[in-house]
Amino acid sequence: MAGVTFETEHGYGLRRFLGRAIPYILLIISIAPIIIGYAWVIIATFSIRTQGLMPVNAEGKFGGFTLENWAFLKDPEIWRVALNTFGIAAGMVIGVGFVASLAGYALSRMNFAGRKGFLGMTLILHAFRPGMLLIAIFIVLLFIKNSIPVIGKLFGFNTVGGVALVMISLELPLGVWLMKGFFDNVNWDMERSALIDGASRFRVWWEIILPQIKPGLAALSIFNFVSGWNAFLIPYTFTIGAKVSNLPVYLNQFSGDTSLIAWNEVAALGLFSLIPVMIFFIFTQEALLSIYGGGSKGGV
Amino acid sequence: MTAMNKKVEGGRWAQIKATLGAWGFMSPATFLVVVFFFIPAIILFYLSLTDLASHNFSANPLEWNFIGLDNYRRMFSDAFFPKILGNTIKYVVLTLAFFNVGLALVLALLTTNIDRRASFFFRLLWLLPRITPSVIYIVMWRRFVQTPPHGIINWFLGMFGVEHQPYWLTEAPWLFVVLVNGFVGASFGMIIFTSAIESIPKDLFTAAKVDGASTGQIIRDITLPLLKWPLLFVTTYQTLSLLVSFEYILLLTDGGPGLYNTEVWALTAYHRALRTYFGGHAWGYGAAWGAILVAIAVVASVIYMRVFQFNELVQEPKIDVL
Repeated sequence: MAGVTFETEHGYGLRRFLGRAIPYILLIISIAPIIIGYAWVIIATFSIRTQGLMPVNAEGKFGGFTLENWAFLKDPEIWRVALNTFGIAAGMVIGVGFVASLAGYALSRMNFAGRKGFLGMTLILHAFRPGMLLIAIFIVLLFIKNSIPVIGKLFGFNTVGGVALVMISLELPLGVWLMKGFFDNVNWDMERSALIDGASRFRVWWEIILPQIKPGLAALSIFNFVSGWNAFLIPYTFTIGAKVSNLPVYLNQFSGDTSLIAWNEVAALGLFSLIPVMIFFIFTQEALLSIYGGGSKGGV
Repeated sequence: MTAMNKKVEGGRWAQIKATLGAWGFMSPATFLVVVFFFIPAIILFYLSLTDLASHNFSANPLEWNFIGLDNYRRMFSDAFFPKILGNTIKYVVLTLAFFNVGLALVLALLTTNIDRRASFFFRLLWLLPRITPSVIYIVMWRRFVQTPPHGIINWFLGMFGVEHQPYWLTEAPWLFVVLVNGFVGASFGMIIFTSAIESIPKDLFTAAKVDGASTGQIIRDITLPLLKWPLLFVTTYQTLSLLVSFEYILLLTDGGPGLYNTEVWALTAYHRALRTYFGGHAWGYGAAWGAILVAIAVVASVIYMRVFQFNELVQEPKIDVL
């Protein structure tokens, strides 16, 4: 919509200028809280204390810059927590990517009993979104932990594997829908000739089709990495103690209601855990906007 | 053609083989969906009919104590039931009206009226709240609302000489519950509305301008009527997701200040079953609160699929049985 710019032909100086400037002004004002919030995190990270957005020293004057808030980097615990966080995120990327692209392929290319039912079901399941089932998933995870040898140690209650598995499952409905959409848009001539030449379905999927949906797969992977990295509610509910916690849960211990908050250290820890998200934000903008738009019909 | 021929040649056996092959592809997804959606959904409904709590906890469903609909009776007669119901409606309606639909629409109209590059940049900025880890996002907001000299809002108020500088989270808890959720929620509608507006033929706008219509008239008479379906989609979809979401409230106010002031339905279910104030977990009772929301979500999604023509979404696959 070309909108206001059309007025240039007969508009007058000031009115024209205002007409053009007003959308920008409104947009800047509306997003200001988020920018200010980020500005505070960055300022607080490098100072002893802040008043509003101003870093202050012990006397309450401007100043007090320090790197001490980053001392936590020397603590080996933080690296184990970071590794857990990365494990969940990587598990999401690989797990959802693999499982959803298998299912998405079948749903897009094959006609089989139960296809429509499965598609309808994933759409309904998407509506649940974690929240309410957590109560019952708790029982399931306890069961896995107590009753299944070996697997229970890896994927039961209070394990990084268990958290990753729950997160993968709850993200699957959206993943399957998006993957099916990607496959639907791929021309099927090559695939058909390969099948007629006797290639197996699995080989066709792996060697011919997957390479063609790389951009979509990349966008989905970014989305899954970010949601795995940021995960709070599920690890918070299903883990106890720092050994298995991830960065958001670890951070929450220091910023929770009951603790006296060391704001500036929390900010540094926060900025640390924002690093991968910021990298994606800066370098993969197109992919972010397309995937958070929800692949037209899905949605987040 | 090919598909047809093969079907005839292979006959029934080929069909069965194809279905088995397809379910081979489907099996990992099916397994996870069964273990983490189906079984939990059944457990949730069954749990809501038992009195499972900390004192008689067992992970084995066979040992649970069946008590019929008692949990539901208890829920509806809970002294705080009306308050929690009211909070839930307030939370969903206010967030939806002012942010997830209202602001989203305004943002879409604004960003489609400016330079393309700038518009891309602003839409990207609006994704920030959504991709920021919830814990850090809430730390930012809690820093906003602090008392002087630390709080950011009060710092700005001080610049303008405003004397009234309270702890904003207890002064206006609902304002912040809605703001915090709304800033995350607005981007979804914004993206949907933006692409809907961009797909309206440009000729319509040009013609209207030639006829001398103002920007306001164009929005009211052309853009909005054409956005009817996206508006309905975003409204219904976001109603549902707000109804079952509670993570930001859990982190921001945890249902307070005071007793249940910002406690919403989904948060109650979570609190009762998994994080109680008083130490005793009541899985059975919490599950009753949760089960109602799940039932609402299922019914709503079925209606919603009818309205948005689910059948068009699942048109027959391109490659048939080969």
